[in-house]
Amino acid sequence: MSAASKQKFRTPLRGVHGLGAGHSGTGHFWHQRVTSVALISLTAIFVVIVVALLGRNHAEVKQILGSPLVAILMLLFIGTSIYHMWLGMQEIIVDYVHQDLLKLYLVMSNTFFCIFVGVTCGFAILKLSFGV
Amino acid sequence: MAEANTPRLRNRPLSPHLQIYRLPLTMMMSGFHRISGAGLYFGILLVAWWLVAVAVGPNAYATVELFMSSLIGRALLLGYTWALIHHALGGIRHLIWDIGYGFEPAEREILAIATLVGSIGLTLVLWGIGYLAIGGPR
Repeated sequence: MSAASKQKFRTPLRGVHGLGAGHSGTGHFWHQRVTSVALISLTAIFVVIVVALLGRNHAEVKQILGSPLVAILMLLFIGTSIYHMWLGMQEIIVDYVHQDLLKLYLVMSNTFFCIFVGVTCGFAILKLSFGV
Repeated sequence: MAEANTPRLRNRPLSPHLQIYRLPLTMMMSGFHRISGAGLYFGILLVAWWLVAVAVGPNAYATVELFMSSLIGRALLLGYTWALIHHALGGIRHLIWDIGYGFEPAEREILAIATLVGSIGLTLVLWGIGYLAIGGPR
């Protein structure tokens, strides 16, 4: 197909939207970058929290993890990580899996897994924090 | 191909392929970045298990502590620590490229080595601090 005949099928609206063949533009790429920038400091904070909890008994760990600042930072770390890894795993899947049905299955499983793990972690942190 | 059966040409690779040529460090690091990311994807299950156990109570927490201090638990934790730090440093490397720096051959090489040395070094430092915090390997 020549360039001229290709252009016949492309309406100007496509150009205005500027979203390309994936229909979502550079959103995926950009979100991966924004979460990675956030995760530089959040990961460092997570590591400091874990090291600070080493060797402590259950009551102390519970109290520290449930304290407002630590709980908020942990929620941010978990939430940002989950979104980042959801995007990353989707990229791995579409890179290597070319069979449509399997790809659909894996991409969906990725979403379910990420939401499940994220909600579980979030629930645990909130439970510690609100002490129910 | 008839000439492929002549002794001179037989058993020669048609083009350099993954098994044939020496992997450049930067290419290996690209692979490590993806592999460590995939490892962290499943590694977060350890974090989830730990958080849930703290929320459930002392008995569940004791189970996690017991598992984490076993040989398999420690190996998983060591792997998780390294993957986390390596992926974080590798991510910083990618962000440096994203804003347009570090593309010269020497710079790429330095970044790759710095990521590797940094991730292994920081992992060892963290485990050293960890063992100090719990009073030596138990």
